[in-house]
Amino acid sequence: MTKHTDLSLSRRGFLLTSAVVAGGFAVGCSPASGAKGGAGAIFNPFVRIDAEGVVTVIAKHIEFGQGTHTGLAAIVAEELDADWSKVKAEAAPADLDVYYNTVFGKGNMGTGGSSAIANSWLQYRAAAAGARAMLVEAAAKKLGLAASDLTVKDGVISAGDKKATFAELAGAAAKLKPPAEPKLKDAAQFTLIGTDRVRRLDNGEKTTGKAIFTIDKKPDGERTALIARAPKFGAAVKSFDAAEAKKVPGVVNVVQVPSGVAVVAKDFWSAKKGRDALKVEWDFANAETRSSAQLFDEFRKLAATPGPEKVQSKGDAGAAMKKAARVVKGTFEFPYLAHATMEPMNAIAQIKDGAVHVWTGSQFPSIDKPTAAGIAGVDPSKVTIDTLMTGGSFGRRANFQADFVADAVAVAKAMGDGQPVLVQWTREDDMTGGKYRPMVVHHVEAGLDKAGNIVAWKHVIVSQPVLAGTPFNPPGQPDGSVVEGAHKSPYLETVADHDITAHYAQVGVPVLWWRSVGHTHTAHVMEHMIDLCAGAARKDPVAYRRQLLAKAPRHLGALNLAVEKSGYPKSLGRGHSLGVAVHESFGSIVAMVADVTMAGGAPKVHKVTVAVDCGIAVSPNQIAAQMEGGLGYGLGAALYDQITLTNGEVDQNNFDTYPSLRISDMPAVDTHIVPSTNPPSGVGEPGTPPIAPAVANAVLAATGKATFKLPFRPA
Amino acid sequence: MAITLNINGQDRQLDAPGDTPLLWALRDDLKLTGTKYGCGIAQCGACTVHVDGQPIRACSTPIEGLAGTKIVTIEGLAAAGDHPVQEAWRKLDVVQCGYCQSGQIMSAAALLANTPKPTDADIDAAMAGNVCRCASYARVRAAIKEAAGMNSAAAPAQKG
Repeated sequence: MTKHTDLSLSRRGFLLTSAVVAGGFAVGCSPASGAKGGAGAIFNPFVRIDAEGVVTVIAKHIEFGQGTHTGLAAIVAEELDADWSKVKAEAAPADLDVYYNTVFGKGNMGTGGSSAIANSWLQYRAAAAGARAMLVEAAAKKLGLAASDLTVKDGVISAGDKKATFAELAGAAAKLKPPAEPKLKDAAQFTLIGTDRVRRLDNGEKTTGKAIFTIDKKPDGERTALIARAPKFGAAVKSFDAAEAKKVPGVVNVVQVPSGVAVVAKDFWSAKKGRDALKVEWDFANAETRSSAQLFDEFRKLAATPGPEKVQSKGDAGAAMKKAARVVKGTFEFPYLAHATMEPMNAIAQIKDGAVHVWTGSQFPSIDKPTAAGIAGVDPSKVTIDTLMTGGSFGRRANFQADFVADAVAVAKAMGDGQPVLVQWTREDDMTGGKYRPMVVHHVEAGLDKAGNIVAWKHVIVSQPVLAGTPFNPPGQPDGSVVEGAHKSPYLETVADHDITAHYAQVGVPVLWWRSVGHTHTAHVMEHMIDLCAGAARKDPVAYRRQLLAKAPRHLGALNLAVEKSGYPKSLGRGHSLGVAVHESFGSIVAMVADVTMAGGAPKVHKVTVAVDCGIAVSPNQIAAQMEGGLGYGLGAALYDQITLTNGEVDQNNFDTYPSLRISDMPAVDTHIVPSTNPPSGVGEPGTPPIAPAVANAVLAATGKATFKLPFRPA
Repeated sequence: MAITLNINGQDRQLDAPGDTPLLWALRDDLKLTGTKYGCGIAQCGACTVHVDGQPIRACSTPIEGLAGTKIVTIEGLAAAGDHPVQEAWRKLDVVQCGYCQSGQIMSAAALLANTPKPTDADIDAAMAGNVCRCASYARVRAAIKEAAGMNSAAAPAQKG
């Protein structure tokens, strides 16, 4: 790995181990184990080829829309010189020591931090290159030629008119000794990676209703359970009366589990009616009962003074501020946000004969598996997880309690009948169930000299920490969910005197990472502050950024490409204004130029021009899709969304009160990729952070008003 | 209650309470799982099916009123899965997680059946009820135009 990727990943705060590199090449000589029992010759844990020549790529990362199955398959197809039309992907089993994320470290199987392609890049290439060498060796024997005389193209190995196909060779080839150090292609030799031939492998099943999600799996004998959950976080069941619920036709049983009271029925509608008839008394002694207004008051008070966490400091920001010609100030407020995945949380569990079978969208098998084992009281080796197609996550399905898996296993255990049970969260359960992007308050003061240069920067952040106490928050480091994106901002490199501190607020609302984690708020603060400073300095925001980013070439490259392609400063027409933002997250840099009009005091976004530097582009089409989706996800939240509490109860419970972006508010998106020879970095999250500040900066240009509080137009 | 529903051209008998939403009759009784649950209150469109050619939200439509109607689900839109909308969806890589896409496709197919050459405003109106949390909307719009044989604005990312 080059320094560039290594640095960006360590910035995530993950447990970096030597596995990043060692894992990459070790696989080529791994024993052929781990791949699922599908038909075909197993070359290694990642590659299988059947008698029809179909190459199956075993994907260690979940597919929940971000295109990872397609990307991993393309990486393998490239090094294998396979026929792309005969390549498919299959979810890996939860074999934690084989399919671990090389960034998270051995034993840690999981998808997150936009690391799927980045951490698999060398590993999957090595696996494919090793298989290719074995196929070539087998072909040489079969054809009676030297391996060096053979060429491989589209699944055919040939020399002149002598040829053999992967289909013919796979059986014999897989029995050969894998090469110790398979030779990888130079990027210049790529014929599939980086082209528009890389199209989604799941288009067929997802356009015909045939894709099987957890809610569709229906193993034989499956029952459906809905859990009555406490209306306030931290409350517990005091007592319940199941008499009426049990009278509902189709209801099988009512059982208490740690998260509430489960109504188990033959199908969803019976379970829903049963739960509606259930009476539960709650004990609120340990419940969070504060309201959002009160919490914001408390956060604002904290933000007025430096926090105990010293995040980043240089020089004497206080003294420099006093000498500044003028000071630009802002107190920024961000609400709780729900992930609101299209498929509400769910999992199926069956406990039978001392073994546990879980079917779900498992984003972190390394948490889901031991959690299931612990609840069922079995050894983790007795837990099988089938990861199915997943209707979105945005971070929600990776959590340290594995709550949706725990529910299903707990209900299966309480039932004790060996039947599989689907615990399906309703939309209301999902939206009121916590694990939100935390609410956040920033207070920032930027001191400018007479020429408009930033000479002092004081910054206090108040938020509930997401990563504290987890391996994602190494000792001695500030919590990334609170500070990343402000911490180590390239802008501050140019400010001699600066100071960032943080307060970690304690609130009884469960919080979690949400697509792009800390960057969801820090990008808005940093990028909007830069425009506010540029305004105070009477400078063009792009020129101002170019000056500040003079020593940040990748930022500058993305910024310049987006600006050039957008036609800046020319907007789409009269009444339109442009806003610019550029932000690094997860090793990738994304710049956006948003074209906006104002309607009724709120922004309407017409077009966004995007430039992304994500290293080598494996699938340009999927990169564009992730930029569109990432900014759309961020835009919906920025325009309307907030989770608020009244006396501890969540005020929103469905898409009527927590609106999603809809098609009429989706801008046209024009994505451009910065040419790069660096290894790939992520694209699932980096498209989200820049959109809110780009829009806010366009609003500022149009109205002169800053956006200190999101959403722009609360529902 | 015993009820006969005509689904994808076939009469299907089922025995379920009359207030059962069509969504759950399809999914749990008939095992037609392509139609998805997303909100339960007709706010997200993941459950969109056609009843007598009109797009409706199956999560909020009880089965008791549906006898004698013709219901089409994603499984029955085209036997070979080759409806022009489905073809366009694949050509433009519209899907991401895919969970909402049955509903998106059913709404788009109904739109084009009634309005073969839709304007952007027609698309906005017809697709307003279909939420995609992956925000595939730009491609949904482009694919509808593609399926309508109109000039598509879809352009994958360009290098440089």
